[in-house]
Amino acid sequence: MPPFVTAQLKLLENLCNASAVSGDEGEVRRIVLEKLKGCAGDIKVDALGNVLAVHPGSGGNRLRVMVSAHMDEVGLMLVADDGDGLFRFDTVGGIDIRQLPGKAVLIGKEHIPGVIGSRPSHFTTVEDRKQKIPLDSLRIDIGPGGGRVNLGDRATFSTRFQRNGPAIIAKALDDRIGVATLIELVRNAPNNIDLLAAFTVQEENGLRGAKVAAYAFNPDLAIVVDATPAHDLPTWDGEENISYNTKLGFGPAIYIADGGTISDPRLVRHLRTTAQIGNIPVQIRQPGGGGTDAGAIHKARAGVPSVAVSIPHRYSHTAASIARLDDWKNTLSLLHAALSRLNPDLLKSDRA
Amino acid sequence: MNDILPFLKELLSAPGLSGFEEPAAEIISTKWKPLVHEISMSRLGSLHGLLGGTGPVPRPSVMVATHMDAIGLMVTGITDGFLRMTRIGGFDPRILPGALVTVHATGAGKPQPIPGVVVQPHPRLLPPEMGDKPVPLEYLFIDTGLPPRKVANLILVGDVVSFAQPPIELTGETVAGHSLDNRASIAALTVCLEEMQSRPHAWDVLAVATIQEESGTFGPVGAVGAGGSAFQLRPTMVIAIDVTFAKGPGASDWQTLPLGKGPTLCIGPNIHPALYKAVKEVADRLEIPYSLEYAPRFTGTDGEATQVVAEGIPTLVLGIPLRYMHSPVEMVAIKDIQRAGRLIAEFIASLEPNFREKINWDD
Repeated sequence: MPPFVTAQLKLLENLCNASAVSGDEGEVRRIVLEKLKGCAGDIKVDALGNVLAVHPGSGGNRLRVMVSAHMDEVGLMLVADDGDGLFRFDTVGGIDIRQLPGKAVLIGKEHIPGVIGSRPSHFTTVEDRKQKIPLDSLRIDIGPGGGRVNLGDRATFSTRFQRNGPAIIAKALDDRIGVATLIELVRNAPNNIDLLAAFTVQEENGLRGAKVAAYAFNPDLAIVVDATPAHDLPTWDGEENISYNTKLGFGPAIYIADGGTISDPRLVRHLRTTAQIGNIPVQIRQPGGGGTDAGAIHKARAGVPSVAVSIPHRYSHTAASIARLDDWKNTLSLLHAALSRLNPDLLKSDRA
Repeated sequence: MNDILPFLKELLSAPGLSGFEEPAAEIISTKWKPLVHEISMSRLGSLHGLLGGTGPVPRPSVMVATHMDAIGLMVTGITDGFLRMTRIGGFDPRILPGALVTVHATGAGKPQPIPGVVVQPHPRLLPPEMGDKPVPLEYLFIDTGLPPRKVANLILVGDVVSFAQPPIELTGETVAGHSLDNRASIAALTVCLEEMQSRPHAWDVLAVATIQEESGTFGPVGAVGAGGSAFQLRPTMVIAIDVTFAKGPGASDWQTLPLGKGPTLCIGPNIHPALYKAVKEVADRLEIPYSLEYAPRFTGTDGEATQVVAEGIPTLVLGIPLRYMHSPVEMVAIKDIQRAGRLIAEFIASLEPNFREKINWDD
C-alpha cells in the first residue's frame, strides 16, 4: 500500500459529510463512482443502487473475492407536514431517540438546515425529565415559512468531520470509513485475485443491498469492511469493563461470530496470520450480537465463506462518532496484505 | 440593517460561559468601540459603553442591560481520559447526549480549545435498572477522542466546556445556535447603538453587556452582573432585554409568545408601569409590532437585579421570542432583533430631559 496521505483523509471527510440515509445513497454513490473512475474494469450500478466494481487480476487460478462496505447511514425521514416549516419525522435504522433533542440536521439533497428542539427546561418538572422525550413530540424545524423541503426527504445529523489529534470525530463513520477503505483497496488492488468490490445500499435497513450484490457477484469468498462499536468506556460502578466489544487504538476488529454470521474459520485464520506476518495490531471483536452485510452475503446462492473486519468506533448511530486514524491505517494494511496473500488453497484447507 | 447577522454569528461562535465571559466581551467591545464615546470594564467583567446625550448637565441616563454570558458545562472529574461534568446555568440534560462541545483546556496555561462530544455510555456500562430512560448527567461523559495520558496533561477539573454547534441560518430569516440567549439581545442593543448614531438624544445611553445572568441568584436579589453595573453607573432608568419563550414544538401553549411578530413588552411588578406605557406608545406610533408578556412575579432577567439597586431604579423589560431555550439549537427571528433594537432607539430618542420627573404613581 502507498503511504497514508492527506488525500485519503479528504476522501473520508467528503464521505462522512455526505448525506446517504438507507434508500437514498446517491450522494455517496456519486463520490464512489467518481473515485473508481479508471481504477476498475467493469463498474455498474445495480437495480437497488449498489455500486459493483470488478478489478480483474492477472494470471491463472484466481479467486473471485467480494469485498463490501455499505454506503448508507442511519437517519431520519420527514413523514408529515405540520405547516409553517415544522415536520414530523421517523427514524431510518437504529437510532436511539434520546440522541435527537437539541440536534441540527440537514435535509434532502440540497442539505437544507433544520433543528430538532425540545420543550424549554423551564416548563418541565423533575418527573418529566425522568422520561424520554417521545419521538411524536419532536419536530424538525426549518424555520417559519418552510417550503424548501418535501415529505419523504431524508435528514441526517449536520455534524461536520473534524480531526482531533489522533482521533476523527464525524457522523456516519459507520460505514463511510469502510467505504473509504474499499475505495483505497480497489485503487491499489493486488493482481492475484479478481477483486469484486460491492459498495452496498440499505445495510442499516436489513442488509438488503448486500443480498443481491452477493448473488450477482457469485464470489468464492467475501470480506466485509464495516465499523463496529467500541464500548471501551469506564463502567458506572468502577468495575472492570468486560463487555467493551472492541477498543479504540487496538487495531482492526476481526469477527468470529456476531448476531448474523459465524465467520469462516479459514478466513479468520488467514487474517490473523496476515496480521502476525505483517506485525499489524488486530483485535477480536467480542463475539455476540450485532451484524454486518456478511449476514446476508454468507447465505447467498449455495453459501459464501465470509468474514468481517471492522474499524472500531465509539458512539455509532449518533450525531458524532469517534475513531482513531491508526486503527483505520492498520485496517487498510491488514486487508491489503490479506488480499495479496490469498490463493485458492485456502479454501481447500481444513476448517478446524 | 441586515448587517447585524455577521456580528451575531461571530458572537454565537464564541464561548463566554457565566463567570468566563471574556471571549464574548472582546467581540462585543470591538463592535461597540466605534459606536460609543467611552468603553470600560466593570470590576466583575461587565462591559460598559457610554454614548453621551445632548441634554443639560446633570444629564439623565438610561442603562440598557443585556447579558452576554452563556450556559454550558464544567469539568468535574477525569476517568481514563473521559470527563465528568456539571452544568453552568440551568438546562435539561436530555439535550446533552451527542452534543458537540469545546473544552477550554487550561492544563497547558492559556485556555486551548479542544473538540469533544457529550456521550451516553452503552446500557451495558450503566446500572441495569436505568433501561432506556434518560441517562442522568452524572453518568454522561465528554469524550475528546484523545488518549488518557494526553487528556491528563491538557485538561483540568474546573475547565469550562461550551457548546460547539455552529450558528445556522434557517428559512424565514431565522437563525439557530447556542447562546442566542442572550446574544440575540446583545445584537438588538447593537442595532440600537447603530440607530442612535444619527439620532439626536438628550439622555446618556449606557450600553451594558452583563455577566453571570444565567448563574445569578434570582428572586429578591437578582443577577450579580447587572446589579453591580447598575450600582456603579447609577442610571436614571434601566431597560433590560432578554429572550423569552416563543411558540414552537413542545411549547405551543399559553406560556409562549409568537416568533417573528416583534419583541415582547413585559407587564408585572418587575416593570415600572409608566415606562411600559411610554415604550408602548412609541411602538404604537411607529407601528413596530410587539406582543405583551405577563410576568406576575419575576421576569428572570437582569431587570430583576437593577430594579432594587441602591434606592431603586425604574426598570423596563423587553423580550425577544426564542424557541428551544437553553439548548444548542435556540432559534430567533432576525426581524425581532432588529425591531427590538429600533424600538429602544426610538424610545430613547423620544426621552425629554425631564422625563424622569414626569413619571409617577398617579394611580
